[in-house]
Amino acid sequence: MEDKNTFQKQAKAIYRLMLGLFGIFGLMVATILYIMADPDFSFFRGSSTDATYVAVVEEDDYDKIENGIHMRTGLVDAEGLMTVVNNCTNCHSAQLVIQNRMNEERWIATIRWMQETQNLWDLGKNEEIIVDYLVTNYPPKKKGRREVLTDIDWYVLEE
Amino acid sequence: MVSRFTYSMNRRKFVQNSVLGSMAAFIGVEIVYGHTMPKGYSPLGLQDPDPFKLFGKDEGMEVLNDRPWNIEAKAHLLDDAITPNKFMFIRNNGLIPENIDASKWTLTIDGEAVSKSKTYTLQELQSKFPNYTYQLTLECGGNGRSEFDPPAKGNQWSVGAVSCATWTGVRLRDVLEDVGIKSNAVYIGYHAADVHLSRDPSKEPISRGAPMGKAMQDETLLAFKMNGKDIPLAHGYPLRLVAGGWPASVSGKWVNRISVRDKVHDGTKMTGTAYRVPCNPVAPGEKVKDEDMCIIESMPVKSLITYPKTGAMIKMGKKLSIRGHAWAGELEVSKMEYSIDFGSTWRECSIQKPANRLAWQHFSAEVSFPKKGYYEVWARATDEKGIRQPMLLPGWNPKGYLNNACHRIAVKVT
Repeated sequence: MEDKNTFQKQAKAIYRLMLGLFGIFGLMVATILYIMADPDFSFFRGSSTDATYVAVVEEDDYDKIENGIHMRTGLVDAEGLMTVVNNCTNCHSAQLVIQNRMNEERWIATIRWMQETQNLWDLGKNEEIIVDYLVTNYPPKKKGRREVLTDIDWYVLEE
Repeated sequence: MVSRFTYSMNRRKFVQNSVLGSMAAFIGVEIVYGHTMPKGYSPLGLQDPDPFKLFGKDEGMEVLNDRPWNIEAKAHLLDDAITPNKFMFIRNNGLIPENIDASKWTLTIDGEAVSKSKTYTLQELQSKFPNYTYQLTLECGGNGRSEFDPPAKGNQWSVGAVSCATWTGVRLRDVLEDVGIKSNAVYIGYHAADVHLSRDPSKEPISRGAPMGKAMQDETLLAFKMNGKDIPLAHGYPLRLVAGGWPASVSGKWVNRISVRDKVHDGTKMTGTAYRVPCNPVAPGEKVKDEDMCIIESMPVKSLITYPKTGAMIKMGKKLSIRGHAWAGELEVSKMEYSIDFGSTWRECSIQKPANRLAWQHFSAEVSFPKKGYYEVWARATDEKGIRQPMLLPGWNPKGYLNNACHRIAVKVT
């Protein structure tokens, strides 16, 4: 009986030990798997992993305005901005708009050229909004026959 | 996990369609373990496309447009005798082709004026015809557009849309003669692998060309090397038509077909107002009918002071060494001058002969200043026909081409 009890005790001890070891191993596996899945422990900082939620956060950030500039495109924040973003930055970068300075007639001519050759769609009522935005925020600048040199970065030239 | 990938994809829409092959081509190295990368994940190298790393460009270059990519140099970056890739401007009309396999690249010569169309592999072109190397000036037709008043539509280039690298390839003439050209040949037009901005496969971003006379010149190459190496992707890898001295748009990148036409080529950006100027001079802002616009051929005489960089301050009594390049399209530059008094007096610079026809020429001078103060050093080139660069903007034209007004730098003597 005593032998049997000793054996049972030992078996239980080994069982517990094994359980403990497996438990630790299991925890380690779980931890490693978690770190692989979420290396910056974002789960514990309470940031949700829910896709819809992240997408909403992103939308806010996506069209951020700073100092009157739409950060994603560089366009001036003014009436009609999003109509311009949604219609004029699908094929080419907003930088092409920002670089250019035209009057109403020539902005319209540019739109027609894009409709004829570049697959731009019919803008409908949005055309007036877009043209108003462009003429107001990107009008021609007078330059004359030759401009004065500006923005000179002065430096001492050692020879 | 899913959300993070969704996030990076939404944010970086422009890399959504990228595949590993093109990523590798852009980054310049193979992406190790690329095959184990989760689908939809964009490697860091392309998530925030840094054009300087992407195209191997110097950080001092100016990005005018990121879709399509248009990047220009500044005058002081163009100081090298032979322009290295890092200082070479990029002008794209469409999207850079993806997944280029040079071993499968072919060039087809077809059109109304060939007896029978013929296709060559890149390997055949390289081995069948003699190879030539020339240093060739390529300047964008719209270089200097930003100065026109009223402003002209398009990328607002300042002075940096010009380069003069060495190009190695076979003569277009040798290939055309091998194919067999009929007597009704008038013009060649190229077709290439780049993609229209709207991604419409039925549209070509650009398909320009040159009259037979230009096509048959010794220096007109089908090039496969630039500065002794494979042409960088952004500059036309693996095959580029190079026609020095003409608007750089004639030098089609990623070329896979050349049509020998029995009329002036009518591809994209050959017609309407593209790369054309009024046949007769017009007043600034005047409307010009399409039929009154003429195709630009040779570029005009022009020069750039590439040293020192504008804004130099020097001590009174010290001489200032200036240097730069001058070029004149099909012609040679015969005289180079500078002025420190806004054109009241001009002094001659020394100017070297070109490395070969259609290469830019290097000039230099030692400039003395009579007293302290603010100066501008203006440079003016004269071509072999006696035509000089204007100090004011040349004739206004609706698209803002051919601004060859004198370049100038600011200098202070203290």
